[in-house]
Amino acid sequence: MAAADTSTFSRLVGLAPALTVLLLVAPVVAGLAGAAAPAFGWLPVLGGEQLSLAPWVSLANTPGLFEMLVLSFTTGLISTALALTIVVLFLGAFADSTAFVWLKRLLSPLLAVPHAAAAIGLAFLLAPSGLAMRLVSPALSGHATPPDYLFPGDPFGLALIAGLVVKEVPFLLLMSLSALPQCQADDRRHLALSLGYSPVTAFLKAVLPSLYPLIRLPVYAVIAFASSNVDVAMILGPSTPPTLAVSVVRWLGDPDLSMRFMASAAALSQLGITLLALACWWCLEQAVRWCATPRLTDGRRNSGQRLGSLLGGGLTWLSVTLLGASLLGLTLWSLAAFWPFPSAWPTPLTLANWGRALPGLLPAALDTLWLALAATALATILVIGCLESEALNHRSMGASATLVLYLPLLVPPVAFLYGLVQLQAQLSVAPGFMVVVLGHCLFVLPYVFLSLAESYRRLDPRWAQVAAGLGHGPAAAFVRVRLPLLLAPIATAAAVGVAVSAGQYLPTLLLGAGRLTTLTTEAVSLASGGDRRLTAVYALAQLLLPALGFALAIGLPRVLHSHRRALLT
Amino acid sequence: MSQTPDTRCHLPPTSPANPTGALVFDRVVISLDGAPLVSLNAQVAPGEVVSVMGPSGVGKSTLLAYAAGFLAPAFDAQGEVRLGDRRVTDLPASARRLGLLFQDALLFPHLSVAGNLAFGMPSSASRRERREAIEEALADIGLAGFGERDPATLSGGQRARVALMRTLLSRPQAMLLDEPFSKLDAALRQEMRDLVFQRIRDHRLPALLVTHDRADAEAAAGPIVELAAATEAPAGAAWQGARRASR
Repeated sequence: MAAADTSTFSRLVGLAPALTVLLLVAPVVAGLAGAAAPAFGWLPVLGGEQLSLAPWVSLANTPGLFEMLVLSFTTGLISTALALTIVVLFLGAFADSTAFVWLKRLLSPLLAVPHAAAAIGLAFLLAPSGLAMRLVSPALSGHATPPDYLFPGDPFGLALIAGLVVKEVPFLLLMSLSALPQCQADDRRHLALSLGYSPVTAFLKAVLPSLYPLIRLPVYAVIAFASSNVDVAMILGPSTPPTLAVSVVRWLGDPDLSMRFMASAAALSQLGITLLALACWWCLEQAVRWCATPRLTDGRRNSGQRLGSLLGGGLTWLSVTLLGASLLGLTLWSLAAFWPFPSAWPTPLTLANWGRALPGLLPAALDTLWLALAATALATILVIGCLESEALNHRSMGASATLVLYLPLLVPPVAFLYGLVQLQAQLSVAPGFMVVVLGHCLFVLPYVFLSLAESYRRLDPRWAQVAAGLGHGPAAAFVRVRLPLLLAPIATAAAVGVAVSAGQYLPTLLLGAGRLTTLTTEAVSLASGGDRRLTAVYALAQLLLPALGFALAIGLPRVLHSHRRALLT
Repeated sequence: MSQTPDTRCHLPPTSPANPTGALVFDRVVISLDGAPLVSLNAQVAPGEVVSVMGPSGVGKSTLLAYAAGFLAPAFDAQGEVRLGDRRVTDLPASARRLGLLFQDALLFPHLSVAGNLAFGMPSSASRRERREAIEEALADIGLAGFGERDPATLSGGQRARVALMRTLLSRPQAMLLDEPFSKLDAALRQEMRDLVFQRIRDHRLPALLVTHDRADAEAAAGPIVELAAATEAPAGAAWQGARRASR
């Protein structure tokens, strides 16, 4: 442009991308370094002043290490493969149906359910004395007392896989839905249908080969999450031995401080196991591509149609139903007084559990709220700054920027957060609110960005041009035109941010050094105890906050723009 | 923002503004990746409409984007655009005072009709002056009492008229028209052409019209510049057309 724009606004906006990169990259790199040093014996605070391999030797001698590694690896890969299969088959089988429209509407609320709440709900639903067994007992199952099977916590991690799948399906579905328009999915599908292909086959052969590269990073993020998460694995995973990530957190909390050397080595191993899972997935990709490419053009019109539509429909509704039934079960438990086994409905219903929980619930809810608001505000401002800077400079970020955005989602949090805690101790930064806010931001910012970028980039640039033609500079065009036009997507992105922050377990626990109690940390620690009623109350409270956020995000633009029809569709 | 004395706000929207001089495209050459795409050398007198014609993809709109200050960084531009004695290409887009009309009316959906008109008015005017000017402008285009309406409830022709008034109320010193009639249906199109060109003459504004519809250019009754596709006829051909316009 001939006239360089050097207003304060443009300069401020220009800072946003650099700040964002710094915020996302610096903690991950510093955290990994902070975990690497003690893993090789270097931790002066605890007297480790010599490089040694001793931490690795003691890790290798830990009983059950191999099982832990295998468990993390298999649950990560299997749950991702299942979730991706479900999403792909569903998209293929139901693209034009009303079921599709319905699921799209359900997607945001499903995504807002925090992982821990979903896991607790699933545990209560499928446990031997859970709601599902009560519904078929004693009439169908013949059990008058709870049957004897291990759930959650089965040694193969099946409960853990189920818990991961029900939360990954909505995420992958959302990412696919936003990628579909970019590969002209509808046109291609309709073309293939007109050439005589059945719906699922049309999708698999004409759309999927272009769709998959667009959702590859989200899939990798899912693998990284599934192979290294802590809260779901604590609630649903086996305990002897647990997954590696859970062990790392346990060793870190061990009163014997010398355990921290071994914990560091384990944290690095977690990074290794996640990278191994990613590498295996990449090999799988290549194998599938090698096998499938010749079949794309073999002219068969019905490949995978019957099985695909059956599985796609069945499994999607199964995972949605599981999540829905889990929430119903949580609600019943939170209102139950006395609820003996085979009865499916607790009588009487009472609010006593809520009343009992209230003194602890309120401060935890407030802490969760403030954390979520602070992290979301910071993340949203930075994201809008980045996108506005794109708009002002007429160029969008490259592939490397996307990778930066995904960095905190691809590196196992347990590996770098743990290193950050070590650094925090060495630099004597007091753990507390601000540190935790920054920690939440690492995970909130990518989701806010992913949620907002599409709408921001699609906004017609002529709106700002009209404003400039009428004499308004970039700042006024931003405040008076772009922000109001984008109010709804910004509100939704902020609600996503609140939901992500409210669901964070590990950053709150580690960076807050246990001093910050949120609904999620309470729910997770209650889940390992025996009080189902109290746990259900916390899990529901944990869910209410994000739900409230989404309700506001949907309602607020409707109220503010109630007389502006074009903005309500 | 502008060097001319600001007497704009007290003028009713339809009275002729001070003519500010000609809009000059002085040896403007826009190139993409080093290859010349489009060029124009033209002088547009106050009250005159120069029409730039050519097939789509020839870079007609790129010329307007350059003049208005929205040229994408992928393009390179040489030459300059002057408005009277001001070199507008040195100014930020918001200080150029070039009124734009697009294919779409682009009424801000979050503002009322009156809000849209007020958006472009100078902030120096008092609240009462602004309200009166808006009411007068609405009456002027047959939309008296439409101020509080949601733009989404207007017909296509009503929206086009509001968009024209919004631009005129911002007291531009020249007009850039980017196919402004192409999305209107045939009956409406003639009506809007008459209205827009009449106002441009009344206000003695120099105007550059980009169009692929010969009827637009004929209705504008000004010089016509034919642009050819750069691949078929390189820069020279476009220059030839430009000379016809600069007379």
